[in-house]
Amino acid sequence: MNLLEKLFYSPPGQAIAGKAGLPEPPVLRRGPVWPDGPIVVASLGSGTLAADTLRLLGRATTEPVRDDAEPVPGYPGKIGALVVDVTELRRLVELEQLRAVLRPAVRALEGSGRIVLLARAPAEVDGWEAKAVAQALDGIDRTVGKELRKGATTNLIQVAPEVTPSALASTLGFLLQGRSAFVAGQTWQVAPADAPAVADRPLAGRVVVVTGAARGIGAAIARVVAGQGAQIVAVDVPAAGEGLSATANAIGGSALQLDITAADAGSRIAAHVASRYGERIHGIVHNAGITRDKLLANTDAARWASVLEVNLAAQLRINQVLLDSTVAGGLADGGRIVGVSSTSGLAGNRGQTNYAASKAGVAGLVRAMAPDLAERRITVNAVAPGFIETEMTARIPFVQREIFRRTNSLGQGGKPVDVAETIAYFLEPASAGVTGQVVRVCGQNLVGA
Amino acid sequence: MQLPRTAVVVGGNRTPFAKANGAYAPASNHDLLTAAIDGLVARFGLAGQRMDEVVGGAVLKHTRDFNLTREAVLSSALAPDTPACDLQQACGTGLETVVYLANKIALGQADIGIAGGVDSASDAPIAVSEPLRRALLAANAARTLPSRLQALAGIRPSHLAPETPRVVEPRTGLSMGEHQARTTKKWDVTRAEQDELAAASHQHLAAAWDSGFFDELVTPYLGLTRDATLRPDTSVEKLATLKPVFGGPDGTMTAGNSTPLSDGAAVVLLADADYAAAHHLPALARLVDAEVAAVDHPGGADLLLAPVTAVGRLLARQGLTLADFDLFEIHEAFASTVLATLKAWEDEEYCRSVGLPGALGSIDRAKLNVTGSSLAAGHPFAATGGRIVATAATLLHQRGPGSRGLISICAAGGQGVAAILEGM
Repeated sequence: MNLLEKLFYSPPGQAIAGKAGLPEPPVLRRGPVWPDGPIVVASLGSGTLAADTLRLLGRATTEPVRDDAEPVPGYPGKIGALVVDVTELRRLVELEQLRAVLRPAVRALEGSGRIVLLARAPAEVDGWEAKAVAQALDGIDRTVGKELRKGATTNLIQVAPEVTPSALASTLGFLLQGRSAFVAGQTWQVAPADAPAVADRPLAGRVVVVTGAARGIGAAIARVVAGQGAQIVAVDVPAAGEGLSATANAIGGSALQLDITAADAGSRIAAHVASRYGERIHGIVHNAGITRDKLLANTDAARWASVLEVNLAAQLRINQVLLDSTVAGGLADGGRIVGVSSTSGLAGNRGQTNYAASKAGVAGLVRAMAPDLAERRITVNAVAPGFIETEMTARIPFVQREIFRRTNSLGQGGKPVDVAETIAYFLEPASAGVTGQVVRVCGQNLVGA
Repeated sequence: MQLPRTAVVVGGNRTPFAKANGAYAPASNHDLLTAAIDGLVARFGLAGQRMDEVVGGAVLKHTRDFNLTREAVLSSALAPDTPACDLQQACGTGLETVVYLANKIALGQADIGIAGGVDSASDAPIAVSEPLRRALLAANAARTLPSRLQALAGIRPSHLAPETPRVVEPRTGLSMGEHQARTTKKWDVTRAEQDELAAASHQHLAAAWDSGFFDELVTPYLGLTRDATLRPDTSVEKLATLKPVFGGPDGTMTAGNSTPLSDGAAVVLLADADYAAAHHLPALARLVDAEVAAVDHPGGADLLLAPVTAVGRLLARQGLTLADFDLFEIHEAFASTVLATLKAWEDEEYCRSVGLPGALGSIDRAKLNVTGSSLAAGHPFAATGGRIVATAATLLHQRGPGSRGLISICAAGGQGVAAILEGM
């Protein structure tokens, strides 16, 4: 910590910072914790998907208060969450119904409260006005997210018409609980699927491979996913073996020292799983990644190649081996592939052309693979972390780091566990209807969100 | 001899070996052994599990290390109800722990366990001189201040110098290097031969590292990711420029063809073959048999050639000859130890003099220490056995079922341990 940083975090420094518009950020609710206040469900039509899904999740719900009188009607106390089913909205004038349920709710929402909109994707509706309305919902979601305070978030889920409560349950549960603490202002899709019920330890007895697991986000992924019952194969380069063995031993997993860019990396992962567990892989999390930052004007072929090789080419090769159903220890049907993209890839970031290429490539890869693997019920998704507090980001100069940290709707950096929880949600068997999605874990960063 | 069960090597783990007072200077035997165990536990996913026994040892021990292995187990990720014992046989310690545990497994007294050793030349115990020790004890026992002062008054400045441990044979007063220099001369081992063997050790070890061979045998520790004494760029020409350190001015033994003082730990996971199969654990090789021997070095015998006797008895008992082996791992205490051992194997007279029926024969040098040995890797005394067993088991597994490896390790006190592994 340098002098400026010490000064900033000293009591007088914090007092000045607060006055200068840099208040101490709210503490986010994390983990599998439901909102404290009541969960309000509003259906702007005849649909019952939201209420049915919450019933499946064992949560009681209450009726919404609507802004249809003067003075503006209010809730008697704080509310924990508002879930609005807007799947039947097709006309612009009907958006008024959404405003009317949002206004009282926004005023009454508790800290780390949640607003979740269930809508149709523009592609699923017919007509110019309906498509405009569908897109308008996305704008509402993103803007309300920026207005909410004290760690409350809003997200929009585009549900396909045949989606059942069981297919939606894992997503709605994730969004309402503290597990989605740093997921804000996002839109993603849930497709119909034959999904098993959500469970407390949904990955019990399943093998999940996590690359780059020696430290930081990878170690957090291993820990969180192991907490869901999975047996973790923790992979990292041999030079990181000391941290890797600490990760593995802390969760009763096994360590595999392996350079993922080796030609035989995929077959060595499969051989390890077949030999040590005698079964197939449920999920692989391609978390390993490197940066070799330079302005493009100073980027040589070696910097270019090494980043693309580790961050993208390696997982393409490994997937190819693990998806071969004749390979012992390969990916099981109904399995999960999770990539790690980055807001740098989605929005671009100065000095990171190589990194942005690799991370945008990950987003492209999961979208491309998802439909091709649907027949085998394998889902392919990615998280795109924004500013996450890690050893790596701790090396960014203080002022720059403080700016990155605060330029999002939650006014703070995320934690490795936030990325890990989102990945664990993808890995759940109950998330069978979530595939081809890229979910940013960025607190609704100003850029790339 | 038919044993009830088959003890197999499941795998191994060691720290990279460091130069004395190098990367591991702040680490104790306890720290190093714990790190080696933890790396093994991680490799095989054994965290929180109980081993039937962990057996380990160290040659240079502090008094606080009276229960070294048990304490390391308690610091490790293993279940705390894992029993442990310490064992010591100088540089034979590591291999002797493997034999101890493998025997228990073969007899059905254990299903799975860990064997190995550790040594830190950096953390060697430093003792006070004998006169100082006596004066302090007397002062402590004194009941009055005057008698206490009187006891302390006996201390002279020269008594204050600490006694550092030396690798000296108590019976002869000669260092191990000085003993080996005599053997070197007696067996006409040339400087060129020794330098060639040392260069090969470095080149073989470097090639093994580069090929990823050690990815599944070593876990980095305290930032060290490879053996610190390894010099991939060394050559016979470079080694030839070094001055002799043992055997006087005409000596042939240099720092380049003798093992450096080093720090490190190595452990091996052993299990019953059926138990391993039932628990999704690999079986690299089985321990076929082992033998320990000693020679009368105070009476003039070659201090470090006792393994020749051990190997001879072992081969006779198993009805095998040197020609039956695919690999030879001869611990490189000094390059000339290995070379004198090979010459002794070929020497009818010597073999008969130690009670063997005749010469053991010669070997194909291409089968010797194929991934390097102690000259390049370093030799933390009690860690060497674990390093060699895990390396040999991995190599034999690569060569396939039925392939045979012979391990020969010399030890202080004129002792030697030999063992046979068979690939699975």
